[in-house]
Amino acid sequence: MRFAKTHEWIKVDSDIATIGISEYAQKELGDVVYIELPKVGDKLTAGEQLGTIESTKAAGEMYSPISAEVVAVNDDLAASPQLINEDPMQRGWMVKVKIENQAELQNLMDEASYAEFIAKESD
Amino acid sequence: MGETIFDKNTNLSEVNFIAKPKVPLEDFPVELSRSQLPLPSLGELDVIRHYSNLAKDNLSVDTNFYPLGSCTMKYNPKLNEAVACLDGFCDIHPYQDQDLIQGSLELMYNLQNLLCQITGMEHFTLQPSSGAHGELAGMLMIRKYHDIAGNQKEEVIVPDSAHGTNPATVSMCGYKTIVVESGSDGLIDIEKLRLAVNEKTAAIMLTNPNTLGLFEEDILEIAQIIHDKDGFLYYDGANFNALLGIVKPSLMGFDVIHLNLHKTFSTPHGCGGPGAGVVGVGKRLADFLPSPIVSKRENYYLNYQIKHSIGRLRTFYGSFSVLVRAYAYILRLGRDGLLNVSHNAIINANYIKEKLKNYYNLPFPKRCMHEVVFSCSKQKEKGALALDIAKRLMDYGIHPPTMYFPLIVAEALMVEATETESKYTLDNFIDAMIAIDKEISLDLQILKNAPNNTCTKRVDEVRAARFPDLRWQESGD
Repeated sequence: MRFAKTHEWIKVDSDIATIGISEYAQKELGDVVYIELPKVGDKLTAGEQLGTIESTKAAGEMYSPISAEVVAVNDDLAASPQLINEDPMQRGWMVKVKIENQAELQNLMDEASYAEFIAKESD
Repeated sequence: MGETIFDKNTNLSEVNFIAKPKVPLEDFPVELSRSQLPLPSLGELDVIRHYSNLAKDNLSVDTNFYPLGSCTMKYNPKLNEAVACLDGFCDIHPYQDQDLIQGSLELMYNLQNLLCQITGMEHFTLQPSSGAHGELAGMLMIRKYHDIAGNQKEEVIVPDSAHGTNPATVSMCGYKTIVVESGSDGLIDIEKLRLAVNEKTAAIMLTNPNTLGLFEEDILEIAQIIHDKDGFLYYDGANFNALLGIVKPSLMGFDVIHLNLHKTFSTPHGCGGPGAGVVGVGKRLADFLPSPIVSKRENYYLNYQIKHSIGRLRTFYGSFSVLVRAYAYILRLGRDGLLNVSHNAIINANYIKEKLKNYYNLPFPKRCMHEVVFSCSKQKEKGALALDIAKRLMDYGIHPPTMYFPLIVAEALMVEATETESKYTLDNFIDAMIAIDKEISLDLQILKNAPNNTCTKRVDEVRAARFPDLRWQESGD
């Protein structure tokens, strides 16, 4: 599993990857009340908007960690956005994508460096 | 919540002593009458009590200190109300012949001119009803300018400290938002801006001072960078209360600006209006203003002859009574008075900043303008969130500051005292903030339960957002 600086995680299974937001991100965001995700077939670009997430604190954008095409969307989140708070790494997944360029994964952090990154950020 | 007026089980007939009319009612056409009218049946006294008690539970500028950052909740002098209530302004109709409303048109014309003097802009439209509406007006003008000029523009630059309405406006106008990160001093990072700007840049939307309450010192260089690519500088006037009489937006290079008359020029606001997000433009955009504007030949008249007008933005001519109040406010203060307003707003914010900086973190410690943003990160380590502190302030009789904004400050509390508060009130606020900081170690639960002393206790914001209940319905649900 790898992480973006904007707090999305990505889990790779050959040429398909699953994307969500990290435990740290959901905690900082607080109770999620609304989420807007792309549609199957949409093209994502690394570092560009993946969707919108809204909590009682704030509304913000999520960014795609890599360039890819959306092959599945977690439809449960529309009715139950709290899944993102309850289980951000599993049931709170957002999209599954077909990876365009495996090399882009190298720009992302592994778990250890992400842990270090958020320790620094919360200082 | 207490009973609504529909729940009050009273009967008008018990308390109505007015004799039945002697005029026969049977002449009234049957097809136009009905036997049932589902309105509450209350006597005058019960109605008065109902609303007086609701008003008693309300928190407003007239009852409490209201340091809601970015919203400029200043005192609205009652003189404004007296002027807006003059018969000549109240008892007119927008369909009246223009010859019969010359006084009202003159007021609008004069207000347009005063706002031009204050901001250095060439023309003003008084139509938009809010700041966001003004943004839409301004950006639609920019869009139309580029379309007519044949400029291939696609993007608008917005700093990461911007009001959320800015990127929303960009989307509404069919452009793409390019976010530029702020530097470590809280100001626009010029080098990052240079990288973001190119031939596709239609405009930049800026608030100055920005939402951190900091003056964008490199504004002239920013203007140069944008203008070099034939882009426009849009001024979000939400924070103009810091600059009255000090600097004109035109001198900072802005091409189009909106002012929130309901903030800076002291007309009552909150709960959705009515507001006035008037928009001023320089020469380049004059032909694109929404129509009509008020012009003058021998008489004042509504001028629809604007070459490339983006069209009408709302019914009639804007929130007219708000315009009257703002006009009264400006005339009462004059140029020197307006300057005093901004000076005192800046002094008040810096006083709070200096008095609280040893208790609450200041992520951007530069001297601030009219508002100051603290981070409750130290308090969070002890278990209290910005939310808890804001709620606890209500127990001290203070309206909560803006929370969790701007987004680039963790656990943000954004405090804007405005110029109309006395040192006594500021000191009370400062004492309350220090007392709450101490309470975190002594009795965290009192913060977590806050507000404890208000008529409504802490509301379930999550439930309210996930399952909004937007209107009253008769049945028991």
